[in-house]
Amino acid sequence: MSELRYEAPRTLEAAVALLVAAQGVAKVLAGGSDLLVQMKSGRLDPALIVDIKGIPEMTAITTENGGFRVGAAMPCMEIIEHAAFAKTWPGVTEAVALIGSVQVKGRASIGGNLCNGSPAADSVPALIAAGATVRIVGPAGTREARVEDIVTGPGRTSLAKGEIVSSFFFAERPSHAGDAYLRFTPRTEMDIAVVGAGVNLTLDDSGVCTDAHVCLGAVAERALLVPDAAAALLGSKVDDVALALLAAAASAAATPIDDKRGTREFRIKVAGVMARRAAAVALARAKGKQS
Amino acid sequence: MKHHVTTSINGSPVEFLCETQQTLLDVLRDELQLTGTKEGCGSGDCGACSVTVNGRLVCACLMLGVEAEGKSIETIEGMVMGDHLHVLQQKFLEHAALQCGICTPGMLIAAKSLLERNPEPTEEQVRFGLAGNLCRCTGYQKIVEAVLAAAVEMRRA
Repeated sequence: MSELRYEAPRTLEAAVALLVAAQGVAKVLAGGSDLLVQMKSGRLDPALIVDIKGIPEMTAITTENGGFRVGAAMPCMEIIEHAAFAKTWPGVTEAVALIGSVQVKGRASIGGNLCNGSPAADSVPALIAAGATVRIVGPAGTREARVEDIVTGPGRTSLAKGEIVSSFFFAERPSHAGDAYLRFTPRTEMDIAVVGAGVNLTLDDSGVCTDAHVCLGAVAERALLVPDAAAALLGSKVDDVALALLAAAASAAATPIDDKRGTREFRIKVAGVMARRAAAVALARAKGKQS
Repeated sequence: MKHHVTTSINGSPVEFLCETQQTLLDVLRDELQLTGTKEGCGSGDCGACSVTVNGRLVCACLMLGVEAEGKSIETIEGMVMGDHLHVLQQKFLEHAALQCGICTPGMLIAAKSLLERNPEPTEEQVRFGLAGNLCRCTGYQKIVEAVLAAAVEMRRA
């Protein structure tokens, strides 16, 4: 085993410089709930670990232009316990709450959940449905991107060498907006999504849907935004007809694999069911009902 | 390269040397001989290595020892209060909430953390709160009963 270097920089600039200068594999360490397991299993043998939790903006949640900026390395439990964020984004929060046990969530972060690149990552469909953007800091400076443009396939991202996802931004919510995330798993806790569905929608004063985003997890090689499913809701009162069209569009978009957790046929069907149920929960929340 | 780490464990200042690869669990058990914290899966699935770091419940196997620098860590060795068992420990004994005992330190640490945040949990909340702690002996029922009984007694105190 080669010598493994550990660095804990205090600024993003220093972290980027370390990653850029690294010889061999360099990995960013946030919560470590994926990284340490991959190292232990031998799948990954990095030469450098850059622990970014000492960088203040990466572990803080702040308000910005009426929205929220969430540090990419912030532990999931701190997001869940942030009352104002959880009230505004209940769907994102319930997705974050499904990432492993209390112990895992005490360390794991949404930045890690995204950049690990798992097609079944629970927070990612909810983040995409929410329209969240990420701030990326790298050797060429700072850029913004949509969450759906980060993961390119299982374990792969569009990040260049030296780039770090530093924070997520959630824009100010209009009134009558709601989001929800549901997943199918054989167990209620401590499991990996067979299918996940995130829905975010906005209604006008008369209850007509004016904006909608539907994103599926675990049914393609990365989280899958389904514009046809969202279009099924637009202009409707999210009634049974619209929800049936949404479910059909979600199932039609799903291109899952067969594996031990579920067959392709099952996942295609369940994608529609989960999307429809998540839309119903998001609708109730948009109407101001607690659920 | 050995790291020199200064931390606090169960309220006492502690210094240790560790390699980058060593997890906090490795350091606790192999360097500091604090073997109350158990290794089960080593991948964050079983909760046997539960400790708190700055008051936050985590798996010691999913954290590097070097990350303990400047932190405040609580392990099972810090749970007993002088000559008196913690209420949770007492209730685990009274309710026979353990058999082989491997999961017990992690269960106790997780249950203590749960009750600090929610002093009056429902049975369902206890079950969800301890979902990250696996027990292959008891079937969980007695553990849940012990935690609920401890919660009642701790609220009275």
